Amino acid sequence: MTATVEARTAAELRGRRRDTRRRNLRRHWQLYVLLVLPVAYFVVFQYIPMANNVIAFKDYNVVDGIWGSPWAGLEHFERFFANPVAWDLIRNTLMLSLYGFLAGFPIPILLALALNEVRVRFFKRTVQMVTYAPHFISTVIVVSMLILIFSPRIGFMANFLGFFGMDSNLLADPDAFRSVYVWSDIWQSAGYSAIIYMAALAGIDPTLYEAAKLDGASRLQKIWHVDLPGIAPTVVVVMILSVGSVMAIGFEKAFLLQNPLNLSQSEIIATYTYKIGLLNADFSLATAIGLFNSVINLVLLLAVNTVSKRVTGNGLW
Amino acid sequence: MTLTTAARAGSATESPEAKARRPKRRRAPQVQDTPADRIFMVGVYILLTTFLLIVLVPLINIVASSFSSPAAVSGGRVFLWPVDFTLIGYEAVLSNEDILTGFGNSLFYAVVGTLVSITLTVMIAYPLSRAELVGRKVLIGGVLFTMLFSGGLIPTYMVVRALGLLDTRWAIIIPAAIGAWQVLIAMTFFRSSIPAELYEAAQLDGASDFRFLWSVVLPLSKPLLAVIALMYGIGQWNSYFSALIYLRSEELYPLQLVLRNILVLNNNSGGSDLANQMAAEQMADLMKFSLIVISTVPVLLVYPFVARHFTKGVMLGSVKG
Repeated sequence: MTATVEARTAAELRGRRRDTRRRNLRRHWQLYVLLVLPVAYFVVFQYIPMANNVIAFKDYNVVDGIWGSPWAGLEHFERFFANPVAWDLIRNTLMLSLYGFLAGFPIPILLALALNEVRVRFFKRTVQMVTYAPHFISTVIVVSMLILIFSPRIGFMANFLGFFGMDSNLLADPDAFRSVYVWSDIWQSAGYSAIIYMAALAGIDPTLYEAAKLDGASRLQKIWHVDLPGIAPTVVVVMILSVGSVMAIGFEKAFLLQNPLNLSQSEIIATYTYKIGLLNADFSLATAIGLFNSVINLVLLLAVNTVSKRVTGNGLW
Repeated sequence: MTLTTAARAGSATESPEAKARRPKRRRAPQVQDTPADRIFMVGVYILLTTFLLIVLVPLINIVASSFSSPAAVSGGRVFLWPVDFTLIGYEAVLSNEDILTGFGNSLFYAVVGTLVSITLTVMIAYPLSRAELVGRKVLIGGVLFTMLFSGGLIPTYMVVRALGLLDTRWAIIIPAAIGAWQVLIAMTFFRSSIPAELYEAAQLDGASDFRFLWSVVLPLSKPLLAVIALMYGIGQWNSYFSALIYLRSEELYPLQLVLRNILVLNNNSGGSDLANQMAAEQMADLMKFSLIVISTVPVLLVYPFVARHFTKGVMLGSVKG
């Protein structure tokens, strides 16, 4: 008895929910109309490309198209790893982003903590305005600036280095490539990356500072015991994002900084994929390399997020 | 130097507002600084001043060089102040047709691209911010997943090719039309800043969803629209990648790609007769500096405005969606 009643009420509930849903759809049809174009965009330019990755497992040719081309199994992946270049690419990519992470991660935090101590408003605003500015300069311009200021004849940095007896052209030196890449990145983005920590610092409960003052804390102690714990969740989130993207290092800057002389260290997965895919037109191999890279990224991000949630309780989702 | 003026202008316009919110807590811990604290503060100022100089010196050097004579630039004699002040670098840049075409193209891509992007972003973010939308979670998941995993270079290229967009202006605008990050920011803004009471009131007055979005939500979202417009606009102005892979015809090239050819690849289209080769080379060096300054001016013009709004944008984005 009771069971059938329950079943009936459950069915009724479900029916009623379906009714409200239908009424909802009818009343808010305009919301769905709005969605049509953007959803089409995501399908066409995000999800269809994901499906196109299937050619990594095929011998793609234009005549047969994506679905008609014959299957090749893992052949392209094997071809990639059989090539000694593969390990150079992976090493270059990893080293470049690890260097970038180790050098670039602490500096914005340091900058934010230091700025937070400054009481002279004019000075503080000036530092902020000036250090944000390079973020808005394009990659092409930043690389051009590097080429010019390090150029042996005209650049002031080249003259400066020459003064200390280092007269080689840094941009032609493969061993200098990573440093040039990473430190110019820091030059460009440290100020901007500090904003998020400044926001976190502004959100710290003022009573904590008063308590620290009553306890006779010095400025350094205050930073250590109040500021750092206060921004810790933000730090963790930024860290997950950066560790999760170690293999996702961008194409644009490395490609511009490349020249035949520094290629042994400046060739990374992204630039190699471009050359194989668009210059050599080997679509299947390029797709296989790109897919390998994206999957590693995704796995890394998920792994770091899981670990971080376990250890610190903070995660992206 | 443009930068310091901009900085000053920025702080001047903001000062009344900032004065009002100068927090009390700043006063309290400031009172007694021990000698150790004072030494610490000296360290803080030294650190920040160093950082300031590291950022400023290359910028000033580029600007100073752009106003110097070709011989001074090529001789490496310019540091922080123009040597033999002249404007011929700028005259050379402004009489170069490739650069002017690139400038015009970039303006087109930035303006049209931003309009398209903003429209599409609002069209998806607004419905997704409404709790009664059926399938909302699935759609949000679909947007967020594109931040974690993307189709990749070649698979996307194949779509653009199949649609016949290769070597057209649309290849620059459409494939990059919506950013998942911007959708997330806009969605969070709509959800947290548009009070539900307004919607109920509008419904009682018989306003449709279109009407409500157009006459209530959008006017209330001007700060958000400014932030995402700047993100899209500056992104479009500064990018060269999609042009590099999708465009063949030089008359469609955006400024950044023209800049790459001249500045990075060193292909200057200027004629070179042997007699004037040295002068031509010196001129080419100078032109690079002027070119860098000119192509960054549009970004610097909006910069004081941008800096304020971007700070807000970062914070909007940092609220978990």
